[in-house]
Amino acid sequence: MMTRLVTIIASTALALVLWQALVMLADLPPFILPDPVRVFETLWKSRALIAHHATITGAEVLLGLALGAVLGGFSAIGLAASPMARRLIRPMMVFSQSIPVFALAPILTLWLGYGLWSKVAMALLIIYFPVTSAFFDALMRTPQHWLDLGRIMGANRHRLMWHIRVPAALPGFASGLRLAAVYAPIGAIIGEWVGASKGLGYLMLLANGRAKIDLMFAALIVLAVLTLLLHAGVDRACRKWLDGKAARHGPA
Amino acid sequence: MRPKPPDLVIEGSARIGDTPIFGPLRLVMPAGRWTCLLGPSGVGKTTLLRLLAGVDDVTDFTGTITASDGLALPGRMALMAQGDLLMPWLDVLGNVTLGARLRGAPRDKERALAMLERVGLADHAGKTPDALSGGQRQRVALARTLMEDRPIVLLDEPFSALDARTRAQMQDLSAEHLVGRTVLMVTHDPAEAARLGDAIHILSETGLTDFAPPKGAPPRPVDDSETLAAQGRLLALLRATA
Repeated sequence: MMTRLVTIIASTALALVLWQALVMLADLPPFILPDPVRVFETLWKSRALIAHHATITGAEVLLGLALGAVLGGFSAIGLAASPMARRLIRPMMVFSQSIPVFALAPILTLWLGYGLWSKVAMALLIIYFPVTSAFFDALMRTPQHWLDLGRIMGANRHRLMWHIRVPAALPGFASGLRLAAVYAPIGAIIGEWVGASKGLGYLMLLANGRAKIDLMFAALIVLAVLTLLLHAGVDRACRKWLDGKAARHGPA
Repeated sequence: MRPKPPDLVIEGSARIGDTPIFGPLRLVMPAGRWTCLLGPSGVGKTTLLRLLAGVDDVTDFTGTITASDGLALPGRMALMAQGDLLMPWLDVLGNVTLGARLRGAPRDKERALAMLERVGLADHAGKTPDALSGGQRQRVALARTLMEDRPIVLLDEPFSALDARTRAQMQDLSAEHLVGRTVLMVTHDPAEAARLGDAIHILSETGLTDFAPPKGAPPRPVDDSETLAAQGRLLALLRATA
């Protein structure tokens, strides 16, 4: 743990040094690439502004993540339970993945307005497929011996699903959620770029337009840190509640 | 008390598509006795067992599976399979009462604890399976099987992953607790068949060969000379048929 912390600090320091060196050696003006000191100064001075926008983005991401987890979870179970649903809906899902989510952002803004929900919808759209397919794949790979045992014990399909297939597939669900934690902020930011009056994505666009590159970078850093924290939080929650022991111990 | 176990008879042949799996053959599993089905890997032992259990959806079986009392088989069988098949997300007690959970029936905790007591694991009820040794896990699986209390018990190489000492213990314990039930044990271990079989059959590509079991009631001592001799003959037969 200690060495890990040291590694993180060391690599952050190295990145900052490289950044500073790049600015100095290439003699870049602050409106192209401000040096790290300047960016952190701005970050501190504008902390209230950035925090305000970060809260909005954070809310969008968390809502999108929660809705995506619930919808993705139930979709995966529905698909796993019904061959008919698989035949009808899976081609649709795969086709939907060939549409870049970015292209849908303007439509979502048109439908859901400039507020929170068009961004929540973007985050949800971007994570729905990874969550659903990771969980679905795990649900379709229940060890045959467990299913045999359950059937011999007299379980109907419904109970096999809830008492064996779903718990056995939770580690798969967890890996979908870990991906989602990284993707969801991307969705929210795209939504904010396309049309918003709040949020880190909006702030970055605004700062960029007004040549406040230091503010743009400050917002970017905050976004990156929030994403890392979200991923770490989701990872912990998954370890605690979803990975269970199934990941370590399949049936022998 | 438990209803009297029936004879079990499977008669017919099995194929998947154009690939024959086994025989035409006829296997009788006498009521209340321990029948061992021995054979090399890939001759369809497990398929036969899964057909009996009614969980094989891919094999085409032509023939009949009947119980001597004429009653239907579903709901009268329990399975102990390769490995222990414990659910890692349930504790030991949860695993022993799995059947009730899967049928939506009330879970009889007291009886489950009594079953754990019988297999010597009364103190482990609250542990998760990964906190147990291989032998302990297998004993939980036995307790789960006893909890089901079925007249017919199907064993699919249940002890193949255990070390020799633990395997011998589990054989003794299973023989003791499953006495009076119609048992079919599929195994590739001649020693196991020689120890436990009231009836022993060898399944090979050419069909079913009967083998006279050693004298004495199972479980026979591991060092009994006649049992060891039978084990040797079984191995020779196995090698000859392969």
